[in-house]
Amino acid sequence: MSLELSAGERAVAAGSDGRAMAMRIVADSARLLGAPGLIPIASAHIDGALYHGDSGTLFAERLVAGGARVAVRATLNVGALDLTGCARVRLEEPARSMARRMMEAYRKLGCEQSWTCAPYQAGHRPAFGTDVAWGESNAVVFCNSVLGARTNRYGDFLDIACAISGRAPDYGLHRPENRRPTLTFDVSDLPAAFLADETAWPVLGSLYGREVGNAVGIVTGVKKHPGEDALKAFGAAAASSGAVGLFHIAGVTPEAGTFGKIEAETTIHVTPEMAADARKRLSTAQTVDRLDAVAIGSPHLSLDEFGALERLLAGRKLSVPLYACTGRHILTELDKAGRRKALESCGVTIVADTCVVVTPILADRHDGVLMTNSGKFAQYAPGNTGYGVLYGSLADCVESAVAGRPSFAEIDR
Amino acid sequence: MSARAGEILVPGAASAGKALVLTAPISFWGGVDPKSGRIADVRHPQHGEIIAGRVLFLPGTIGSSSASAVLMELVHSSNAPAAMVLHEPDAILLLGLIVAREMGWQTPVAMKLDRQHFSAFDNHRVEVTAGGMIRAVAAA
Repeated sequence: MSLELSAGERAVAAGSDGRAMAMRIVADSARLLGAPGLIPIASAHIDGALYHGDSGTLFAERLVAGGARVAVRATLNVGALDLTGCARVRLEEPARSMARRMMEAYRKLGCEQSWTCAPYQAGHRPAFGTDVAWGESNAVVFCNSVLGARTNRYGDFLDIACAISGRAPDYGLHRPENRRPTLTFDVSDLPAAFLADETAWPVLGSLYGREVGNAVGIVTGVKKHPGEDALKAFGAAAASSGAVGLFHIAGVTPEAGTFGKIEAETTIHVTPEMAADARKRLSTAQTVDRLDAVAIGSPHLSLDEFGALERLLAGRKLSVPLYACTGRHILTELDKAGRRKALESCGVTIVADTCVVVTPILADRHDGVLMTNSGKFAQYAPGNTGYGVLYGSLADCVESAVAGRPSFAEIDR
Repeated sequence: MSARAGEILVPGAASAGKALVLTAPISFWGGVDPKSGRIADVRHPQHGEIIAGRVLFLPGTIGSSSASAVLMELVHSSNAPAAMVLHEPDAILLLGLIVAREMGWQTPVAMKLDRQHFSAFDNHRVEVTAGGMIRAVAAA
């Protein structure tokens, strides 16, 4: 099967400007993927503005110099710096300047300065069934699964090339036949009290990702809609422990009921023991007698999640730093009501535009212990920050940060 | 000496180098140091080897959406392999070469060859033509 471009696409690709470069990158990728053609996209979410090295900055600046602009709505994922000045990032020169130049180049390409990994909670929600080109694994899985829009995982370079050309390769999850579940992940044996707890969803997500890999599965046995923040946590954990791009939950996600009778090739019956084991595996710290920092907000915290943090904190002072990662869309809301000031006076460090596992914010220590309620932070913190991880609920995180040592509520279920 | 015709995935200049035949799939993101070309994944059988300047035989790749950024950074810092021979095309990884070509940087040729032929090139100096011929020229 060889790639066929339309006359218009060929004309653009034959040019010598930034738009031509973007179209050629999309077309060359489509050829390698075995896609028959390109499809128009309605929006993009760009993960490529996170600094990994100078070549990425030079690429973005080349597009700017070539007069390129995004052809569709394009929000930006996190960068390597907190441009709002809330948190101090310890990125040294010359990397710091190159990271700033990169963020600036993406702004000049016409991308929205959203700087968040939860664009779907910052007003970017593509309609059901539309084709889009999104990057950042948690945003991709949310977009596909919870919104029912269609995207593959678009990584560095291809995300912005799609946004500029307004096209994406026609393959993978853009095609309806690839969105059908081939596997069932049945949680009906788990107690209702467990499923009602906030920690259930990141824990089940990490188990789901490990069991399912890159297959499309359907979760069965969920009787009550767990809420959007729970689905966000489930997807983020699943996409960081496995290559999950799309999941369905019977009775909850919008596409789950559209497949008629599902004849899954495999059924995974999740037992309470499997869930308990998955929860244990999220912690990597050897001991539970010390704590250096707490981090929440991967994906970025919603306003509701800040509300939960404030209720649990109840104005108490923290003994160890608690980093609350979010987007500037939430920061604006917190500022309006004086809530940011109140949180900061308790010792909370709000991190905006970025997060603690993609750029150096945590104190530099090789033996640190970090507590989190995020399955995604638990997955990436050991490799990216050197900290050992203790996994707990949001309440555990807050109590521990106040006490200055790990504190876990009794789990009796 | 062995010779095989590979299928060109991403064009590049003819080159030569000592073969580095990996015996397990690798993730470029986290698995290869973008600043030196050293295989950094401690669990990989070829951990510690340098891929820069080698004719790199890849039996498989582990996808990460940042693999392309690592490969492009290797090209930019002159630490890319001399040529890449893949059992299966990996569009995300090879995107690093596609973008580097657009930047006008010199990139290694990437081609497809069944991995059952890889071992014949191990421990040899290998020449690769722009047309995709892979030839072992001397023991190395």
